[in-house]
Amino acid sequence: MLEYQNLFTRVQVRGPAYAGVPFSRGDGPREGKPLFSHLAGILGDAQVGPIYLGWSGLVSLICGFIAFEIIGLNMWASVGWNPIQFIRLLPWLALEPPAPGYGLRFPPLAEGGWWLLAGFFLTTSIIMWWVRIYRRSRQLGLGTHTAWAFGAAIWLYLVLGLFRPLLMGSWGEAVPFGIFPHLDWTAALSIRYGNLFYNPFHALSIVFLYGSTLLFAMHGATILAAGRFGSEREVEQVIDRGTAHERCAIFWRWTMGFNATFESIHRWAWWFAVLCPIAGGIGILLTGTVVDNWYLWAIKQGYAPSYPAVYPPMVDPASVLGAGR
Amino acid sequence: MNSRLIVGIGAGAALLVAAAVVLLTFERPPVVSVQRGFRGTGMELVYNPRMLEVQAALQVLPEVIEPADDEDPRASEIYQNVQVLGGLSAGQFGRIMQAMTAWVSPEDKVQNGGCGYCHNLENFAEDSVYTKVVARRMLQMTQQINAQYASHVGVTGVTCYTCHRGNPVPQNVWAAQPANQSWTNGFAETATGQNRPSAAAGQASLPLDPFTPFLMGAEPIRVQGRTPLPAGNYSSTKQTEWTYSLMMHFSTALGVGCTNCHNTQQFSSWEESTPQRVTAWHGINMLRDVNTNYIQTLQPVFPANRLGPQGDPLKANCTTCHQGAYKPLYGASMLRDYQELNRVTQGPTEIRMP
Repeated sequence: MLEYQNLFTRVQVRGPAYAGVPFSRGDGPREGKPLFSHLAGILGDAQVGPIYLGWSGLVSLICGFIAFEIIGLNMWASVGWNPIQFIRLLPWLALEPPAPGYGLRFPPLAEGGWWLLAGFFLTTSIIMWWVRIYRRSRQLGLGTHTAWAFGAAIWLYLVLGLFRPLLMGSWGEAVPFGIFPHLDWTAALSIRYGNLFYNPFHALSIVFLYGSTLLFAMHGATILAAGRFGSEREVEQVIDRGTAHERCAIFWRWTMGFNATFESIHRWAWWFAVLCPIAGGIGILLTGTVVDNWYLWAIKQGYAPSYPAVYPPMVDPASVLGAGR
Repeated sequence: MNSRLIVGIGAGAALLVAAAVVLLTFERPPVVSVQRGFRGTGMELVYNPRMLEVQAALQVLPEVIEPADDEDPRASEIYQNVQVLGGLSAGQFGRIMQAMTAWVSPEDKVQNGGCGYCHNLENFAEDSVYTKVVARRMLQMTQQINAQYASHVGVTGVTCYTCHRGNPVPQNVWAAQPANQSWTNGFAETATGQNRPSAAAGQASLPLDPFTPFLMGAEPIRVQGRTPLPAGNYSSTKQTEWTYSLMMHFSTALGVGCTNCHNTQQFSSWEESTPQRVTAWHGINMLRDVNTNYIQTLQPVFPANRLGPQGDPLKANCTTCHQGAYKPLYGASMLRDYQELNRVTQGPTEIRMP
């Protein structure tokens, strides 16, 4: 039974439920009686609960629920409270930000006010969840890497919905809440600002996005492949020959001449992951505020390619006839 | 419950959903691409021969009617109340009437079709049937398009058939739509004119009616910045969605992608666009003229069942003529065989209520 000797195993070993480390001062109690689920055990740990909610978790859930209800009920109202149409059209429905004419004023609820309220509650919910993650890390004596990684995602979210609209002077520049509508908005933003593919921060963001998936695949595959040699026991392995650790390292050294260490691979992955939204957020923040047309900007900076003309030179007919745009 | 069973059911459901998405939204190959620009730049149009076959059936020309001599007497001399075709010979006049019947209200296809669709059969000269008043104005519109918009229709030109194809009302028309009012009396979000499957914009959640602002009115279509750094272009992202919707309409109407007219590297650049973009630009102007000066002015003439839900007449957009083809009828000229249509007089014909 090789699998029993390996902590990397799908065999579910049931012991008594573990309640976790003692509380520190000022912490509320953990909620819920722990239970065991075979299904949960297939995906992760078979023990479910207890959960620590705390005041930040409670505020986060309440605010998140309010935002969810504002968005959902406005969508439902937009189809005349018809439940079938609500489900059928759900991917198309949206709660839109105010029209650009309102600038940064608070418009009537029906004309974008609900969007601002939903945005406020969703943002509060997300910030409170960040506080919760930070405090739980501290309580367990962990570093705060998770909180700062989540913070990188929050940065992009805030750029899209708060910082850039503030700089542009219009809530109307923000993203609508909706499944297809936010995708159409994304395409429209790129068209309006002259093709976001020429935005170098957009390019960097994609590098880190794809890089993250590559690193994730390499790391996940390496560790799983070495599971039979106990690759989870990192510390005691690093000094020995023939261990899972050394095999993993040598595998990559033979494959590409260079290898990460058990420590550095996680640092790589963390930085690739957080740089994706950080670079993306910078790119969005500059769009419309500092750069109006990324393609023309790339021409100006000399890095957009130009190709031989295929058609006879053309002029804008509006400029010839003096007609409107 | 047995968790293997749950996993099985879950996986089965996921597979079904995935299969439905693939089958309902993807197009089965083969795919043929046509190069439209410099190699390697993705300037390509993509066609599926299977879809083209279906499309081709819609673009068949009707048989040409035997030509008539241009000899006296003139139609105006022997018939009464001939306002716009008076310059034709009686033979040509009869021929174009026969052609219009075949194109717009063929007796064998249309209920109450034939001459009686527009004429009082007791007295052909009378303007008592509203369709006759409409047909007269439409003849003038056809002449106007062929004479003034060669920049769009070229020497190919248009005839009644380009739009009608044997139907009294062309199959692809548009009218202003009522806003989707929510049921909360303005407490919930009011209608935004978008966020429904937009037939105009290829079922995206883009604005539902890009026609009223752009093909009826003359709202600015160009939104993209024309300078690298901000210099007074205040077009918003929301506004861009309206332009985007109009462009999606062009695309679906002609059965082409963006690259038929644009290099998507930079949509706004005329230097990198194809000549088709100039043709399309003139088409926009043509539609504004057609919709405001010809169709909208007929509004009082139409009975209620020929008006849209907001009481405006059914108007034209790109699909009205193109019907999915890059050129209507794949560029075959019917006008060449019906020169009578070029001799319609614009005149000060007043539109009288029948």
